[in-house]
Amino acid sequence: MAAVAVLLVIWCATSLNWTWLASEKYHSLILRGIWTTCWLLVVTMVLGMLLAIPLGLAQAAGPWWLAMPARAFCGLVRGTPLLLQLWLLYYGLGSLFPSIPWIRESDLWPILRQAWPYAVLALTLSVAGYEGEVMRGAFKGVPHGQLEAAKAMGMPRFTIFRRIWLPQAIQRVLPTLGGETVLTLKATPLVATITVVDIYAVSSRIRQDTFVVYEPLLLLAVVYMAIAGLIVLLFRWLENRVPQKTA
Amino acid sequence: MTGGPLLASTLDLLAFSPPGWGATLLVALSKSIMIAIGAFALGLLIGVGGAYGKLYGSPVTRDLLGIYTTVVRAVPELVLILILYFAFTSSLNNLLLAWGFERVQISGFVAGIVVLGVVQGAYATEVLRGAILSVPSGQIEAARAMGMPPLMLAWRVTFPQMLAAAIPGLANLWLIATKDTALLAVVGYAELTLVTRQAASTTKAFFTFFMAAGVLYLVISILSTILFAKAEAWARRGQVRPGSG
Repeated sequence: MAAVAVLLVIWCATSLNWTWLASEKYHSLILRGIWTTCWLLVVTMVLGMLLAIPLGLAQAAGPWWLAMPARAFCGLVRGTPLLLQLWLLYYGLGSLFPSIPWIRESDLWPILRQAWPYAVLALTLSVAGYEGEVMRGAFKGVPHGQLEAAKAMGMPRFTIFRRIWLPQAIQRVLPTLGGETVLTLKATPLVATITVVDIYAVSSRIRQDTFVVYEPLLLLAVVYMAIAGLIVLLFRWLENRVPQKTA
Repeated sequence: MTGGPLLASTLDLLAFSPPGWGATLLVALSKSIMIAIGAFALGLLIGVGGAYGKLYGSPVTRDLLGIYTTVVRAVPELVLILILYFAFTSSLNNLLLAWGFERVQISGFVAGIVVLGVVQGAYATEVLRGAILSVPSGQIEAARAMGMPPLMLAWRVTFPQMLAAAIPGLANLWLIATKDTALLAVVGYAELTLVTRQAASTTKAFFTFFMAAGVLYLVISILSTILFAKAEAWARRGQVRPGSG
């Protein structure tokens, strides 16, 4: 494996055109793109998980009038392409907002006129949809006897959730969460189609500037693989920090 | 804004005859589905070859397949589609020129199938590899001991048994294939998402059209889920259900 990889790297370095990489102009652009991709990923993962917890809980233990909409939401998100969701929010919602006076005149309007809120919203809903389903399984996996014991001891419901249910569900969900983070990273370049300047948009710009086709795309692939590698390492570290078996 | 006129104008927009866009959307939907089927089939072929190569191939085959699955699974689909779309069309033409043939115009349809099929193949390789490993090795050894030739062994012993383990993963892959066809909109192929956007920007009814397309995708995904559940039940026929024995 190593030998083939080294040969590939040597071939890429020698037979392709990397002269544009020397230009200062592109350095700041590339860094800016990487920064946008990274904060977008972190923000949407955190917000998405915060949404996924109630979604999962509603499906695992909620009354039917909470469980049904939560199920429907997860089904909607998972059944339609993210690109479509992104365009629905940006072009669809974005074209409805100006026609509603109290939104157009509010202080939020300068923000809502930009593309990034729609990118954050679409990615967050997507993460919530996929993670909500995973959280449902994780909540269901917590042994029922523990919940009954806590109830018998007179623990208030929210304390049961915070001290028994949530920690064990999070522990169960950590390995899938790492995978989901990588999948979300791989979904981020779609935001370039609604004019957010992430690392993918930067590489397209370099391609248009220099007429060099493959090299910016290869650079892109390397950047994504590096970030994905970091995520994998981070979650491996996290999994080792969280005590494994409590049941 | 009252309900009546809004509903009427929505129905007009989605009508099947020309001022409405219904027929155009359905044609685009059928293109999306056909590309998804083609890509899924190609992915399965690559996956079967890849899984056998990874399990029984020479060290070099394994290395190459390892690089293929790692790279495809680590790089965003959109980037892969862009790289492959350019690389596939231009390198095919370079090959043709080198062999003394004419340059060909590759249709977006074929390119879409090949590009998504290569992406699907990497995931299918992993799904099928896991499924093959789930077949009890004693059965394969028994078949070998009886002198079954490798192809017959694969067809009669490995395939039927790995199917039950592979179907959930393959169902996921199929759903990914249907949704990945939307990415071809970015390279300019007129499938459902791109046609929807064209319809939306011509009529300015962005919300209506994107919702309509969403419903179409949702119908595919719900139908597929039902069909795959049936297929899994069929593949598991005769197996002992956990908890019943």
